[in-house]
Amino acid sequence: MTLRPFKKITSIVTPLEKVNVDTDQIIPKQFLKLVQRSGFGRFLFFDWRYDKQENKRPDFVLNDLRYENSEILAVGDNFGCGSSREHAVWALLDYGFSVIIAPSFADIFFSNCFKNGVLPIILEQATVERLQQEAGMVEVDLECQTITSPSEVIHFEIGTYRKKILLEGLDEIAQTLLYERDISEFEKKSMIPSVL
Amino acid sequence: MLLAGYLRIIQTGIKMGKTLFEKIWQSHIVAERQDGPALIYVDRHLVHEVTSPQAFEGLRINDRRVRRPDLTVATMDHNVPTSNRMLPILDQTSAVQIQTLEKNCRDFGIKLFDINSDNQGIVHVIGPQLGITLPGTTIVCGDSHTSTHGAFGALALGIGTSDVEHVLASQTLWLEKPRPFEIRVKGKRKNPHAVTAKDIILSIIKNIGTDGGTGTVIEYRGQGVTDLSMEQRMTVCNMSIEAGARAGLIAPDEKTFEYLRGRKYTPDDYESLVDSWRDNLRTDSDAKFEKQFTLHIDDIAPQVSWGTNPGMTCDVTESIPSPDEFSKGNSGQKKSAEKALDYMALESGTAIQDIKIDRVFIGSCTNARLEDLLEASKIVKGQKISPSVRAMVVPGSQMVKRQAEELGLDKIFLDANFEWRESGCSMCLGMNPDILSPGERCASTSNRNFEGRQGTGGRTHLVSPVMAAAAAICGHFVDVREMDLR
Repeated sequence: MTLRPFKKITSIVTPLEKVNVDTDQIIPKQFLKLVQRSGFGRFLFFDWRYDKQENKRPDFVLNDLRYENSEILAVGDNFGCGSSREHAVWALLDYGFSVIIAPSFADIFFSNCFKNGVLPIILEQATVERLQQEAGMVEVDLECQTITSPSEVIHFEIGTYRKKILLEGLDEIAQTLLYERDISEFEKKSMIPSVL
Repeated sequence: MLLAGYLRIIQTGIKMGKTLFEKIWQSHIVAERQDGPALIYVDRHLVHEVTSPQAFEGLRINDRRVRRPDLTVATMDHNVPTSNRMLPILDQTSAVQIQTLEKNCRDFGIKLFDINSDNQGIVHVIGPQLGITLPGTTIVCGDSHTSTHGAFGALALGIGTSDVEHVLASQTLWLEKPRPFEIRVKGKRKNPHAVTAKDIILSIIKNIGTDGGTGTVIEYRGQGVTDLSMEQRMTVCNMSIEAGARAGLIAPDEKTFEYLRGRKYTPDDYESLVDSWRDNLRTDSDAKFEKQFTLHIDDIAPQVSWGTNPGMTCDVTESIPSPDEFSKGNSGQKKSAEKALDYMALESGTAIQDIKIDRVFIGSCTNARLEDLLEASKIVKGQKISPSVRAMVVPGSQMVKRQAEELGLDKIFLDANFEWRESGCSMCLGMNPDILSPGERCASTSNRNFEGRQGTGGRTHLVSPVMAAAAAICGHFVDVREMDLR
């Protein structure tokens, strides 16, 4: 899938001060039955956003009007743990988040982000907490690997390959198919028989 | 002198032993990039109805084919009803997902075990049962519990839908190399019928935390692991993801080779493969792990989860800890424990055995194999479930169901007022009609006690099959070690 190249983002930070947020919370299973990638945003954090009558819960941060158009979510440790459902990333993106900042991420969720043009940023816990408390406007510049808030410039790390994929919006499968010769060579040597 | 010293270091570096994971990894590298990941070849790709529709759609849009349909196998498990298979599927969106998988498999030439197949079942139950799972292979599936197949000494990874599409198109994946993590399970359980593989893995997660394995591939080693049967090893590896690990595996041994011998898709030249596996598939004695943890199991108790992630677990003989005791000074964990107790409607200090339950679910890719049902049936035999409890058994596959029925297990469960269902993921994640009502409390043999996992507002306690069966009879948790297990 060709992605939209990742541009600089300037947005208010939405603070979600929870650890171990699992993908069942990000998108509950009753919404996994769609067969397309779009339209999951309205189900994001569904059970936290809405009560049983589907009224907005006023105490949940996404229902706070200040963060209505936010594109950056700052969360606690081990974000995206549990199920491998990529629907979690589709829901975040469809809702409007394209940057997720956390002290740590679950592996599969972290990898899924890059396939969809979402940038997950790992920062020290104290720095994430500061961004959550300030909950102000920041600029995320992937090219320079910086987050600029009114009070500071924070540097973040990202793998060269992953950075390139995001900046150029590359279709990863098209890139891999350029390795056709290597894949065919590998298959000739492989000892593992077919299933059928 | 100095130069000789350097040479020695270089030589040692070259000769340093490798872990089993590193051997499998290395033997599957197709290409490596200077800037990070390696392109890893995939030997087996398992596909199911929920995480694949968008992947096949991606192939169509880009006019791509499935590179190796002969290495790809599909089944439907996540949202299939477990009631009468002759009736139509009432949930229209589930029906569409199932029809979509049928069409995709037809269009792209992929072997499908559909809802009426004798071999239908939870993808992680049927892979090993059919001899599709093999030692030393790389296996992927768009499901986090793919780690189950690591019990056979395979590198088995859960992946997202974009990666499913990537594997369909190229039979490869770009992966950053995880770090090897050794978990040594030492000792011998005093009562292996009452203290099970589920209690071992829950104890591990309780100790290392739900992110203790992040970025790693766990190798489970030691007598506590080699003593386990293949089905028990699958229970352990299954929940590696619940500790955050990329995968979990166990070196194959004679039990592994014997389990796979003569199964439906076991390769023709199986014995020669076994010879090479026996020689190669083990961690060298001088290999280095980047992380280590040891669990002593001589005295471990049956485990019961009390919170909303699998790390929130304690012994059946204990009381629910206070958020302060649980969090050991971590403010995020403390808040999360407080929220968990509120969601679970439980108070610190309550004895686990005083918790009454409404529902019992024996099923899932963690604990719905023949041995699980057989062990649970020993508790149930000749008893009735508590009148306040509704209990169901959902075999992991149609094959497990048939084998159990041949042993008469269905009658034992039905006589005790359990429901006996068709196979599928069922109430492990509640995508089909099997769900908890808000506020209901369930003793479940599944793998996740997340908020709403088994139904919005439902409360899940993770336990072993024998603990679930005992809770069904008594209406509350009991220490199964005190029951007669014959």
